[in-house]
Amino acid sequence: MSLDWIISIVENNWHLLLRAMGITLLIALIGTVIGALIGFVIGIIDTIPKTKSPKQVLLKVVRFILACYVEFFRGTPMMVQAMVVYYGLDMALGIDLNILTAGILVVSLNTGAYMAEIVRGGIVSIDKGQYEAAQAIGMSHVQTMMHVVLPQVGRNILPATGNQLIMNIKDTAVLSVIGVNELFFQTKSIAGANFRYFEAFFIASILYLVMTFTATRILRWMERRLDGPQAFEKKEVA
Amino acid sequence: METVIDIKHLSKSFGSNEVLKDVNFEVKKGEVVTLIGSSGSGKSTLLRCVNLLETPNGGEIIYKGNDILKEMKNVEQYRTHLGMVFQQFNLFNNLTVLDNCIVGQVKVLKRSKAEAIKVAEEYLQLVGMEAYVNARPRQLSGGQKQRVAIARALCMNPDVMLFDEPTSALDPEMVGEVLKVMRKLADDGNTMLIVTHEMQFAREVSDRIVFMDKGVIVEQGTPDEVLLNPQHDRTKAFLQRTFA
Ligand SMILES: Nc1ncnc2c1ncn2[C@@H]1O[C@H](COP(=O)(O)OP(=O)(O)OP(=O)(O)O)[C@@H](O)[C@H]1O
Ligand SMILES: [Mg+2]
Repeated sequence: MSLDWIISIVENNWHLLLRAMGITLLIALIGTVIGALIGFVIGIIDTIPKTKSPKQVLLKVVRFILACYVEFFRGTPMMVQAMVVYYGLDMALGIDLNILTAGILVVSLNTGAYMAEIVRGGIVSIDKGQYEAAQAIGMSHVQTMMHVVLPQVGRNILPATGNQLIMNIKDTAVLSVIGVNELFFQTKSIAGANFRYFEAFFIASILYLVMTFTATRILRWMERRLDGPQAFEKKEVA
Repeated sequence: METVIDIKHLSKSFGSNEVLKDVNFEVKKGEVVTLIGSSGSGKSTLLRCVNLLETPNGGEIIYKGNDILKEMKNVEQYRTHLGMVFQQFNLFNNLTVLDNCIVGQVKVLKRSKAEAIKVAEEYLQLVGMEAYVNARPRQLSGGQKQRVAIARALCMNPDVMLFDEPTSALDPEMVGEVLKVMRKLADDGNTMLIVTHEMQFAREVSDRIVFMDKGVIVEQGTPDEVLLNPQHDRTKAFLQRTFA
């Protein structure tokens, strides 16, 4: 009977499953945060206004390199990226990455490539009037970005970032190819040990759902918090 | 009276479209100058050139004796001396009313937060928005937004206030509250350069009215001179269309 098996697998392996969930969440969360940071850096570099300074050439070179990075990570499967990064770094540079670190690196780089486009779009979509008003009170481009534009971009792209987090929670499964001990990898080994594939992966699917569902709720809550209260407190005046 | 801004031979083109052609005029301390003219005549462009939101192609902008276009390094500092009020308000959407009024003071003028709050409260009171310090722009009506935008500009203690059609985006019932604030500023002796289609208002508050057409200043003078006794046919035609 399936149900008995499910109960027994959970009973005997709950600590392994919990640990694997933790690893999945850790990779997805750190990967999304670092990826978002990468996305912001690239988005900001991509939207630096044209000036006549000689640094313009340097800027072009940097943008070209970043464009190559974005193309590569958007145009190849993450599973392949994992192999390339993990084995490639070792071969090319002699860097023997800890598997978990390699996993976080892959997810971060992958997320960064997607977030770059999202952030760039977010910056471009901010009304020109916001920049002009900031300039008009004497803000520099950096100040305008820091205090006016980026906070709005951050708020506007929060749903897309949340979406990326949900995808990452699911997609960490592909890191099993380099042996990261996340939920998919762990489930496979539990399933193999018991010769119970359906039951083990049924449990895994529930656990993935719990994580994605919780993440969605937390993100909604964050969005509401960032928007501030619906109504404002009118100040008493004499 | 001291000249605050002196514009000499200013020209501006967008591609092959020559929008300002050899524009000359000055604004003296305490003066209220109103720019009028039909749509597309270059009024906004002129105002935006004055605070360098547009870069002129030629000419001089002399601010208190210094040619700003020659010393483009200090654009940001120069802009703090000019307060700009936009047709579309352009309040910072991510900030509360109070923060809209202090961010420039703290980040650009390097005032302490406590001092900035004090200044902000003073000017918010002037525009009648002191009760709304905690509100966000999306929670305000157009007229309220524009009054906060005026306070935000005043908080930088500018030498000149620039207004680009501050009431054109407002519902008719909100125009009055904004004009009332502007009238108060004019009465208090603020130096103001205003673009507006509110002729009655222009006539009442202006020391001088400047009529522009197709990128040139056609004539200027006191409100009575320009509005009641225009010398040029183009001015007459414009006034006829406006008051028809
Ligand atoms: N950024 C721009 N790029 C190209 N052309 C522009 C730009 N801004 C303004 N123009 C052109 O310059 C001319 C003058 O425009 P401007 O906005 O200064 O007129 P205006 O007098 O303020 O008119 P309105 O009363 O409608 O506001 C117009 O022909 C306009 O199309
Ligand atoms: Mg205009």
